[in-house]
Amino acid sequence: MDAFRDALKKNTSLPTKELSRPASDRKLHVRQVPAPPTRPSFLAHPRLRRTSPITQYAIAAALEALGQDSEKITQGELRLGIVFCVMSGCVNYSRRFYDEALRDPSTASPLVFPETVFNAPSSHLAALLKTNAINYTIVGDPGTFLEGIALAADWLTSGKVDGCLVIGAEEVDWITSDAYRRFQRKVILSDGAGALYLKTKSDSVEAAQLTAVTSAHPFLKSQSRHCAAAKMRAELPGSAAGTLLSDGIQNLPVLDSAEKNAWRDWNGERVSVKTILGEGLMAAAAWQCVAAVDAVRTKRSSAANVSVVGCNQQAIGAQFVMSNSISSF
Amino acid sequence: MVTPFGPGIKTNSHAFRAAETSFRPVKFFDVSRHRARLAAEIALPEELPPTRLKRKQEQRLDRASKMLLLATHEAWGQSGWAPSENLPLVFGTTSGGMSLGEAYYRQTLGEPQNAKLQAWRIHQYQAQRQALDLCDAFGFSGPITLIANACASGANAIGHAWELIRNGSAERVLAGGYDALSELVFSGFDSLQALSTTSCRPFDNNRDGLALGEGAGVLCLESLDSAKKRDAEILGEIVGYGACTDCHHLTQPHPQGDAALASMVAACEIARLAPEQIDYVNAHGTGTPLNDAAEAAAINRWAGDLAKNIPVSSTKSSIGHLLGAAGAVEAVICLIALREQWIPATSTLETVDPICNFPVVTTPREARLDHVLTNSFGFGGANASLILGRWRG
Repeated sequence: MDAFRDALKKNTSLPTKELSRPASDRKLHVRQVPAPPTRPSFLAHPRLRRTSPITQYAIAAALEALGQDSEKITQGELRLGIVFCVMSGCVNYSRRFYDEALRDPSTASPLVFPETVFNAPSSHLAALLKTNAINYTIVGDPGTFLEGIALAADWLTSGKVDGCLVIGAEEVDWITSDAYRRFQRKVILSDGAGALYLKTKSDSVEAAQLTAVTSAHPFLKSQSRHCAAAKMRAELPGSAAGTLLSDGIQNLPVLDSAEKNAWRDWNGERVSVKTILGEGLMAAAAWQCVAAVDAVRTKRSSAANVSVVGCNQQAIGAQFVMSNSISSF
Repeated sequence: MVTPFGPGIKTNSHAFRAAETSFRPVKFFDVSRHRARLAAEIALPEELPPTRLKRKQEQRLDRASKMLLLATHEAWGQSGWAPSENLPLVFGTTSGGMSLGEAYYRQTLGEPQNAKLQAWRIHQYQAQRQALDLCDAFGFSGPITLIANACASGANAIGHAWELIRNGSAERVLAGGYDALSELVFSGFDSLQALSTTSCRPFDNNRDGLALGEGAGVLCLESLDSAKKRDAEILGEIVGYGACTDCHHLTQPHPQGDAALASMVAACEIARLAPEQIDYVNAHGTGTPLNDAAEAAAINRWAGDLAKNIPVSSTKSSIGHLLGAAGAVEAVICLIALREQWIPATSTLETVDPICNFPVVTTPREARLDHVLTNSFGFGGANASLILGRWRG
């Protein structure tokens, strides 16, 4: 969180690095998670030795969000639900495994294939935390992260779990970076993860309260991206003093236009994490929510709206407020 | 439903009643260097049923989308629902349009300058595309939830949809699962030596692995009040759902089936049913040595002394493991069994594994069924059980 806060405070795009693309001299530009100064202790767990970056990012974010509650979970004192959200998912190992299978299926690694499955990261996290409670991996465009928050809220209010982690994570690979360039040449993919930890009641005075997740408005032949974004916007409150908008703008006009148009009336404070961290897909939606929650928790904002106008599926929003100032709408 | 037997309830009911199998040499990709050579592929019809899609849109659909569309068309037609705004869609899948992702990769490496079809492949490869195509085809416009809990995805999707209705979040939900065969997934199971090189024989003492299949199963779920109000033909009820995570290993179940047991117990608790009130168990029953042993142990523990009275079978012996579609298709098979009052068989069984304290059904037979339980277990320890009940009106 410190590095994240620092990057947002500086409000300067993080540096990119070049990624080689096989069969081409053209370099791809990406933003990747810097290697940690010391090897994270969780990697000593036997399940995590061979995991790909997406699992490691997801677990790091999850443990940070859980804080001291992780101990209660491993001791069976707290039932933890997990909602793991991805768009591209475990792409490093998927590409590697398929490449091996194409070369010679008889030598393709049986150790790599299981790590290609969408729910591998959430399975590893459950094993690390020794939690056997409900655990869903949901896939889709970045709006899925907010769907995940709504799902967690349902599980909590129905008493299915005592706490619920919602994690959004992605890992960069040349294949996804190359694929996105075909639609938008200037897009810079980034990787990482973000996690929110939801409980029905918090012991912390610094908690933020989830007060709304809008309907998910899909992009269809009968409902344009602009229309879906406008419907999402209409379900969230207007500008008010002290309210932050955490949007998904990344200064790429074609990608931003629907969201910009939907929020053109917004004259309050705004944070656009993608302009700093890049297009992190599901991780970026998580970062948007983390930025919103952090602003509320640290009392920099009394409320925060999150706006996610996804890549190709849906527009969806959410609102968080200070825990002692519940808004109703 | 769409299975390797073909599309439609009638076709499938007939084939399962005859204990047919549908395994053939794989045609969609080269398996000459793999250990296993068989799978249950679907011969899709050349013409899709009429929907709101234009001819050009139809041509853009991948195999997974076509299967999902066919299954939805049947379920939608039976339901008598009219297109409505805000109909939630909940589907399970493990790989979306994977074969297009594979084609993208091959062309990117083999012909890097050739961009033909690549944008379409990227677009269509993603799992949300199949659901969005469905929305365009039928005029749906509600939220889309795609659960990717490996081989439990389809059961989780139906269970989640059921919970949306139970907690009042929705009156109707379209739910199911789908997956098409792909080279990556076939190679993956082959690399794990999980595929049978002989024949898929769940619960057989000499079983040597699973066989992959493909397909889609879709259910129109509706609150009882709503269905009664419009005098709908009710095919059956979902009365229980349990889900649990097995932390034992990424690909291997706990040997005593701890999480499988927990998910069956949870489903029964919600349904307020005791094991003796379950008239048939449609097992996950993949045919791998470890899965079947763990599931058998779980059923033995769950039913105790009463296990000897509860018939169990695995329909994967006939159509293979449909992965993300398995839980949904097997739920539809259970509905057929409940409506028609018969039990499908483990069609390939030769010698029952003595670990089974329960009778493994080897021949389809008539039976009185009021409640049936279906299990789905997946990589990552995703475990789910659904209980379906006969609708007596």
